[in-house]
Amino acid sequence: MISFLLILVSSIFFVGIIIKVKAKIAARKMPSVFQPLFDVIRLFKKGAIYSSTTSVIFKITPLVYMASVLMATLFIPIGSQKGFLSFEGDFVFFAYLLAMGKFMMIIAAMDTGSGFEAMGANREALYSMLVEPAFFILIGSMALFTHNTSFQDLYMNLHAGTELTYIISIAAIYILIYIAMIENSRMPVDDPKTHLELTMVHEVMVLDNSGFDLGLIHIATWLKFAIYGGLISNFVIQTTWIWYYQITAFLGIQILFAIIIGLVEAFRARNKMEKNPQWIIMLSAIAVVIFLTTLIITQKIILN
Amino acid sequence: MDIILFKAAIILSFVLFFIPKQFQYYFGLLLHLIIIAISSIWAVKSLFIISGKLTIAFLPFLGNILNLEIDQLSAFFILIVNFTSLTGIIYAKGYLQPYFNKKSKIELAFHFFNFLWLHISMLLVVMFRDALAFLIIWEIMSLSSFFLVIFESEKKETIRIGINYLIQMHIGVVFLMLAFIWAYTQTASEFSFDGLSVYFASHNPFLLFLLFFIGFGIKAGFIPFHSWLPHAHPASPSHVSGVMSGVMIKMGIYGILRVLTYINHDLFDIGLFILIISLASGLIGVSLAIVQHDVKKLLAYHSIENIGIIGIGIGLGVIGISENIPVLAVLGFGGGILHILNHSLFKSLLFYTAGSVYKQTHTRNIEQLGGLIKKMPKTALFFLLGALAISGLPPFNGFISEFMIYSGMFKSLQEANLFTDIILLFSFSGLAIIGGLAIFCFTKVFSIVFLGTARSDKVEHATEVDAAMILPDFLIGFMIVLIGFVPVIFMQPLSAIVSVFTGDTIAIQQIIPTLNNISLSSGIFIILIGVIWLLRAWQQKQQSIKQNTTWGCAYTGANPALHQYTATSYADNFVQISKQIVNVKKDFENFEETDIFPKEREFETHSSDIFEDNLIIRPVDKILIFLKKIAVFQTGKIQHYLLYALLFIAVISILTYLNWI
Repeated sequence: MISFLLILVSSIFFVGIIIKVKAKIAARKMPSVFQPLFDVIRLFKKGAIYSSTTSVIFKITPLVYMASVLMATLFIPIGSQKGFLSFEGDFVFFAYLLAMGKFMMIIAAMDTGSGFEAMGANREALYSMLVEPAFFILIGSMALFTHNTSFQDLYMNLHAGTELTYIISIAAIYILIYIAMIENSRMPVDDPKTHLELTMVHEVMVLDNSGFDLGLIHIATWLKFAIYGGLISNFVIQTTWIWYYQITAFLGIQILFAIIIGLVEAFRARNKMEKNPQWIIMLSAIAVVIFLTTLIITQKIILN
Repeated sequence: MDIILFKAAIILSFVLFFIPKQFQYYFGLLLHLIIIAISSIWAVKSLFIISGKLTIAFLPFLGNILNLEIDQLSAFFILIVNFTSLTGIIYAKGYLQPYFNKKSKIELAFHFFNFLWLHISMLLVVMFRDALAFLIIWEIMSLSSFFLVIFESEKKETIRIGINYLIQMHIGVVFLMLAFIWAYTQTASEFSFDGLSVYFASHNPFLLFLLFFIGFGIKAGFIPFHSWLPHAHPASPSHVSGVMSGVMIKMGIYGILRVLTYINHDLFDIGLFILIISLASGLIGVSLAIVQHDVKKLLAYHSIENIGIIGIGIGLGVIGISENIPVLAVLGFGGGILHILNHSLFKSLLFYTAGSVYKQTHTRNIEQLGGLIKKMPKTALFFLLGALAISGLPPFNGFISEFMIYSGMFKSLQEANLFTDIILLFSFSGLAIIGGLAIFCFTKVFSIVFLGTARSDKVEHATEVDAAMILPDFLIGFMIVLIGFVPVIFMQPLSAIVSVFTGDTIAIQQIIPTLNNISLSSGIFIILIGVIWLLRAWQQKQQSIKQNTTWGCAYTGANPALHQYTATSYADNFVQISKQIVNVKKDFENFEETDIFPKEREFETHSSDIFEDNLIIRPVDKILIFLKKIAVFQTGKIQHYLLYALLFIAVISILTYLNWI
C-alpha cells in the first residue's frame, strides 16, 4: 500500500519536472512543478463537450483507461514494500491490463469519426504492439535469473544474486526508460509539443476529450510515468536498506528519471514517423541481448 | 435407455424431410436438445463422477460391437460441441428468416438435416475409437459441413468454394487413412486408435505422427494447410461458420491430441514441430487477418491464429513432457485445452454478431459500414466483448488461457536446458506479438464496422436484430465473463483432462491461488471503474454538458463520412512493415505531370495469401496444363471410347498371358 501511495505522490510532480527542465534549457521562465496539477484541477471544474458522432464507447473509455492504469499501479513494489497486489505472473496481468486501457483509448479515438484521431490511434496501436515483446523478454530474463515470476520476488532475488546483476540492470534500465517514452508517447516516437495534428500520436487521440475526462487522461499519463519510474528504481534500491533510505532513493530516482526525460526531449528531435517501427524493434533486440547475457551468467551457455 | 433414445434421435432426423416447412426448425431443435441432453449426461458422468472411461455399446459393426468410448478428453469435446451447436441452432432461426420463402421445403429440410448431422458426427468423432468407423464418421462430418457451406448454392462462387473445401478435406482423409493403414500393417494389431499404441511403442513416432498431423491439420487450419478456411467461412451462413469455426476445426485438434495420448517416447521433435507450425500459424494468421476487408474472412484468419495459440500450448506441453518439466507440461496442455473452450465461445459470438450485421446491412465489406453502434447497440456491445476476449485482455476468458501458457513458460525457464530456453524465448515473444497484433486487428474491425459515421447508405436501414438472435449472444457472453472472473471453478475438470496427458497435475493446483488473485484483481478493476464513473457523474451534474461536432480544425463543411479512416488506411502502416507476409498489391494510375485537370481515378488494393498461391493455385495450374493435353483422348465419339475399352482388354489379356500380373 505504501508503494502505491509513493507512486501517487511522485506522479504529481513528475510531469512538472519535465516541463521545468525543458523550459530551463530553452531559457524560458520556468513554470511551477505543480503546474500540471493546477491544469487538471481546472479541468475538473469544467463541463464537457461531447461530439455528436460519439457513442457510449467514448464515454466509458476515460473511466476504463484510468482504472486500468490505477490497477497497474497496485502491482508495483518499491524496495521491500510489496505491491498492494502480488501473485505469480502478475507482470502478465500488468502488461495486458495496460493493453486493455489502450484498446479502449484506440477505439474511443476511432469513435469520434475524425481522420486525425484515427491516425493517432492507428500509430499508437502499431507502436504499442511492437514494444510488447521487449517488456516480456526483459521480464523473462529476470525470471530466468531469479527463478521467480512476480514483480516482488523478481526484484528481491535480483539483488540477492551476484554482482553480475549490474550488467542486466543497466541494460534493463535503458530499455525501461524507452518503453516508458513509447508508452507515454514522448520523444523520440512522438512529440507532445507539436502543433500539427498530422504529426501527433497521443495528443491527437484525445482532441475531442474535455473536462473531467481529459483530466483523467492526464492523470493516467502521470501515473504511467511514475509506474515505469518505480520499475526502474527497483533496480537500484536494495531491499536490505532501511526504509527511509529506500523512500529517499525512490523519490530521488523519480526526479532523476524526470530530468532525463526532460533532457532527452529538449535535445533530441522526433524520429521520422516511418523509422519508428525499426527503432522500437531495436528495443526488443537489446532485450534479447539481455536474455543471452543472462543465459551466460546462469551458466547455461558455457564460455571458455 | 439413454442409448436407445440417442439412436432414435439419429434415425428420426430423416423425418425432417417429410414435415411441413414451419415445423422443421422446431423438430430439428427438439432432436438437437435430445442429443445434447444425453451426450452431456455421458460427458458429465465421465468427467466428474467416474473420472475415467465410460464405454457404451452402440451398434454391431463388421461382426464386432462398436463402442462409444468417452474418456475425459472426449467428454470435454462433447461439452463444447453441445454448447456451440445449441447456440448455433438458436441463432439459426432468426438468421434463416429471410430464406424461409426463398428456399423450398426440401432445401430447408436438407439444411437442418445437415446441421443436425454435423452435430451428431462431431459427437461421434470424439467417441469412436475404431479406425474404420472413425474415418466414416469423419467423412460424414466433412460432407454435412460441405452441404452447409453451399447453402446459398444459387451463387456460383459458393459452389466453387464448397468444392474446394470438399477436395481439401479429402486430401486430409487420404493422409489419415494412410496413417491408420501404415500403423496397422506394421504391427498387425487392431485397426483402431488403440492399435496405434503398439506401433508407437516399437517405432520412431515422428513420421506416423507427421501423417496424422497433416490429416488433422487440414481440418484444424494450421498454416500451410489452412487455405480452405478463409473461403469456406465467409461463404456459409453465419450459424454454420460459428459452429464450424467454433468447434468443427477443433476436431482436428482433438485428433492430434488423441494421437498424442499414445506416444510415450521421442516426444521432443514432435513438440518442437507442433510449436514451430503453431507459432507460424499464429503470426501469419493474424497478419493476414489485418489486411482483410471481408469481416467473416477476417474472422476466419483469426481462427487460424487461435489454432496457433492452442498449438503453442500443446507443443509446449509436449516439450515439457519430453524434457521432464512438469510445470511446463501441465500448464502448456492446460492453457491450450482451456483455449479450445475459450475460442469456441468468442469465435462463435463474433461470427453470430457479424452475421447479424450481414443480415441487416447485406454486406460483409467493412469499408461500407460504420456507425452501427447507434443502430444495433446490443450486437455492437457483444461484438466488443468478443473482440476484447479474443485479444486476450483481462478480465475476460481469453486472458486466462494465455496467462496459463505464459506462466508455464516463465516458471520453467530456469529448469530448462539451453535449447529449451531459446525455444521458450521465441514462444513468449511470439505470443506477445500475436496478442499485440490481435489488438491491432480488432480495434480496426470494431471501429470501422461499429463506430464513426456510416460509410454507405447500406447502414441507413439497419435495425437491431430480434431477441431470438441476441439470446445466444447472452449465453456465450455469460460464459466468457464467468471464465474470465472465476476461472477457478473450471480448474477441477481441466486438471482431469490434462491428467490424460501428463499424469499428475500439481501445477494446476498450484496456480489456483494465482487465479484467485486474478479474480480479485478483476473485481477491483470493475469496482474502480464504477467508483470513477460515480465521481464523474457527480462532477458532471454540476456542470453543463454540451454536444457538438467532432473537431476538424474548425472546418465543419466537410462530409464526415469521407474524412474518416478506412480499414485500408488503418492497416496501411502495418502493411508497410510486413510486405513479405501480407502481399498487398496496390492498383492505381499515377498522376502525369501534364494532368492539369485530373480525371476521376480509381484505387484498389488486393491481398493474396502467399501460401495458397504457392501451394494450391500454382501446382493446380501446372497440373491443369498437363491434364488439358491428356484431354485429346476425350473426343466425344463413342467409337473411340469402345476402342479404348478394347485396347484395355487386349493389354490385360497379354499381360496375363505373359504372367506379369
